[in-house]
Amino acid sequence: MTAPLLEVAGVGKRFGRLTVLDDVSFSIAPGEAFGIVGPNGAGKSTLLNVVNGVLRPDGGTVRFDGADVTRADAAARCRAGIGRSYQIPRPFGGMTVFENALVAASFGGGHTGRAAAEAAHRALETAGLADAANTPAGSLRLLDRKRLELARALATDPRLVLLDEIAGGLTEAEVPALVETVRDLVRAGVAVVWIEHVVHALVAVVTRLMCLTYGRVLAVGDPHAVLADPQVVEVYLGSTIAGDDPVVEET
Amino acid sequence: MTRVEPAARGAGQDAVPPSAGSGGVRVRRSGPAAWIGGGVLVVAVAVLAYLPYVSSRGTQIDLVGLFSLIVLGTMWNLLAGYGGMVSIGQQAWIGLGGYGLVYLAGTLGLDPFVSIPLAALACGLVAWATSYLAFRLSGGYFAIGTWVIAEVVRLLVIQVDEVGAGSGASLTAFSGIDPQYRIAYVYWVALGVAVVVVLAVYLLMRSRIGLALTAIRDEPTAAGSSGVPVTRAKRLVFVLAAVGCGLAGAVIVANTLRVQPGSIFSVDYSATMIFIVVIGGLGTIEGPIIGAVVYYLLQDGLADLGNWYLVVVGVIAIAVTLLAPKGLWGLTRGRLSVFPTGYRVGRGT
Ligand SMILES: Nc1ncnc2c1ncn2[C@@H]1O[C@H](COP(=O)(O)OP(=O)(O)OP(=O)(O)O)[C@@H](O)[C@H]1O
Ligand SMILES: [Mg+2]
Repeated sequence: MTAPLLEVAGVGKRFGRLTVLDDVSFSIAPGEAFGIVGPNGAGKSTLLNVVNGVLRPDGGTVRFDGADVTRADAAARCRAGIGRSYQIPRPFGGMTVFENALVAASFGGGHTGRAAAEAAHRALETAGLADAANTPAGSLRLLDRKRLELARALATDPRLVLLDEIAGGLTEAEVPALVETVRDLVRAGVAVVWIEHVVHALVAVVTRLMCLTYGRVLAVGDPHAVLADPQVVEVYLGSTIAGDDPVVEET
Repeated sequence: MTRVEPAARGAGQDAVPPSAGSGGVRVRRSGPAAWIGGGVLVVAVAVLAYLPYVSSRGTQIDLVGLFSLIVLGTMWNLLAGYGGMVSIGQQAWIGLGGYGLVYLAGTLGLDPFVSIPLAALACGLVAWATSYLAFRLSGGYFAIGTWVIAEVVRLLVIQVDEVGAGSGASLTAFSGIDPQYRIAYVYWVALGVAVVVVLAVYLLMRSRIGLALTAIRDEPTAAGSSGVPVTRAKRLVFVLAAVGCGLAGAVIVANTLRVQPGSIFSVDYSATMIFIVVIGGLGTIEGPIIGAVVYYLLQDGLADLGNWYLVVVGVIAIAVTLLAPKGLWGLTRGRLSVFPTGYRVGRGT
């Protein structure tokens, strides 16, 4: 067993009186594909915020590549190799699509000059946005904004990518291409943490799955075992999987 | 800063499908408008530089006012339009620059032309220190905070007897120079300061730092999680804007030969800067220059109106924000760029 790439231990987070994360622990090996499911408001996005440094946890530690990064800011963690896409896209609206990716390649990836431009371009190609390179990011439609989130995360040359509901809004026909893109990432040795309500897409890629409810880890392990867990079925998947109707929700 | 070792980085790059290997990407950063516009600007600066040989002292003194307006507008745009920091306290550095000149050249007896940049550097130093305070605030609180800092700076400066305490002081350091030459020298210094400040902002915005600043302005959280050192970049801008405003303040005092706490630390400067940038176009380098010229012409043309002048300026500001929300330069819709800072991607080779 190799040393874990990411180690989250006993993480807690509250907003006022609301406890959003409660003693969450899990770890991810280098190159592992890890899925997270859970009902709306379970704290999944908040967990990613704690992992990439946008939020400080109230308790617990986050270790990346052996180093304690609990106090490090998001920029430092990104440069260390954690890439992140946001559920609600956060484009640099006044910049072009290419410039968006260039920011990530220059600062997250640490590239300069031509190398930065090429890294940005590659990320856009992977995300399927190369043709929109000169489009102002602020004028993209939602689907392309999601693609831009992915492109920017990839342009930072991550060793761990945190993907927050990138399939939301895709048609059924578009999901396989996305699944293939994430698979390519994993094949290239990048570890992936993927939150997705489109469970069948998730299960096609991840080797382990975690179910989060009310900020607690309900189950973690083999995806099919987790999905079959009666508790998981009861609190979350009962509604989704039973009807075989992937929740495609937009916030 | 933690670096990822090359092996892992290479692996990350392999993640990109094979199509990426085919041909690179061509990036263009300027167009014909930049060359033509740049040429026009060089000619304009050359003509302005020649002006003292053919114009009256009054004209030169007036134009120094215009040059400082260009500097002030450019600095406020750097802060708000690129750094996303709305300050209403830039008069702190205008005042400190002006007083710095009086103190260094008058009290300490340094060469006045050396004192101008020294005073501006001092502004940068003080701004760097106060940024640790100001940056604890955000949004509206940051704006108010900068004003409070400006007031504190003013209150501290008027405790200093060497620079006339509450009543202000005159700049006597130029008394050895024939007024005709002095006015021309100050004019050239002011023109030089304006050119250097605008060029410096242009080069800054074309650099990596400019890319970071634009990202921070648009989406600070996403900028941080894309690896941009947000606070460091903002602090740099805060300090640079203080240096620029300090230069403007010193030039203003060198032009009027008098410094008075009530006027050099006046919040009116912030209002003027906002007007210039909003009229000209926020987030563009051309905008503040145009805005400064418009403000200067208004000031000149409407001087006889007394208090009505403010009403006219206000109406114009409202009209422009309604009719051209992106300022006068915004009317070009980005088709024209004398100072191109963006990146256009062409077809791969
Ligand atoms: N900054 C914040 N301040 C206050 N409450 C917050 C904040 N961010 C999230 N919350 C609350 O924390 C809870 C968990 O939110 P989170 O976004 O992590 O859920 P999620 O599992 O990602 O849900 P979804 O599936 O809808 O995306 C929600 O009740 C949300 O309202
Ligand atoms: Mg979420």
